[in-house]
Amino acid sequence: MKFGIMINEGPYNHQAADSAYQFAKAALEKGHEIFRVFFYHDGVNNATRLAVPPQDDRNVTKMWQELAEAHKLDLVVCIAAAQRRGILDADEAKRQGKDADNIASGFRISGLGQLIEAGIQADRLLVFGD
Amino acid sequence: MSTIKKFFYVNRKAPYGTVYALESLEVVLIGAAFEQDVTLAFIDDGVYQLMKNQSTAGIGMKNFSPTYKALGDYDVTKLYVEKESLEARGLTIDDLMDLKWEDEDDDWAENDSIRVVTSAELADIMSEQDVVLSF
Repeated sequence: MKFGIMINEGPYNHQAADSAYQFAKAALEKGHEIFRVFFYHDGVNNATRLAVPPQDDRNVTKMWQELAEAHKLDLVVCIAAAQRRGILDADEAKRQGKDADNIASGFRISGLGQLIEAGIQADRLLVFGD
Repeated sequence: MSTIKKFFYVNRKAPYGTVYALESLEVVLIGAAFEQDVTLAFIDDGVYQLMKNQSTAGIGMKNFSPTYKALGDYDVTKLYVEKESLEARGLTIDDLMDLKWEDEDDDWAENDSIRVVTSAELADIMSEQDVVLSF
């Protein structure tokens, strides 16, 4: 089956991103396909490369990066939600006149249309949130 | 785009206090461009999103409630409000905005967008959907 995944909460404050990761990992191991993972609301905070969780804790951003690299996952961060919360890629930082960007490699910033497309293309769209 | 799916947006939170309602509305508006079959549901504190005469002057936040009035122009014409959620909060449909949509196939007749349904009816509607987005 082809799944779309939506993540609506940030890492560490909420378990949504962890649960989504566990689901995605299990689904991929069973031979299913993940069409796209879309990060919305505070979920965009999963995409910062500047987080430094304690060494004895999991690193949620890194978990997604590694899973994405192993399975060529499309990790998409909503641009409107990201701009509100200070998640920027190099192009956006330049466009907005900011002095730095912070998006982690493996994630890309795009629009809400990517979420709707995931809903259309996937057999099931799963929402992980509060 | 050839595929038309039934998109169902479940709004569960009050309009202010958290950003879910505002960002849900942003998805609905963007999604409208994809010409899918769109339905919105308002349950729990989500019914407060449709209250008339909202004022945010005291909380320093933007009052985005006028945006709901534009939904009809985006062909978002099915807004279901759960009866039990209204009643639990001492509200009736008269407390909600008078949202209309114009039917171009019926000489632009004005129709009500909001329909109050029971929890059981809403469950039936939900079971017919393809994509359920919960906010």
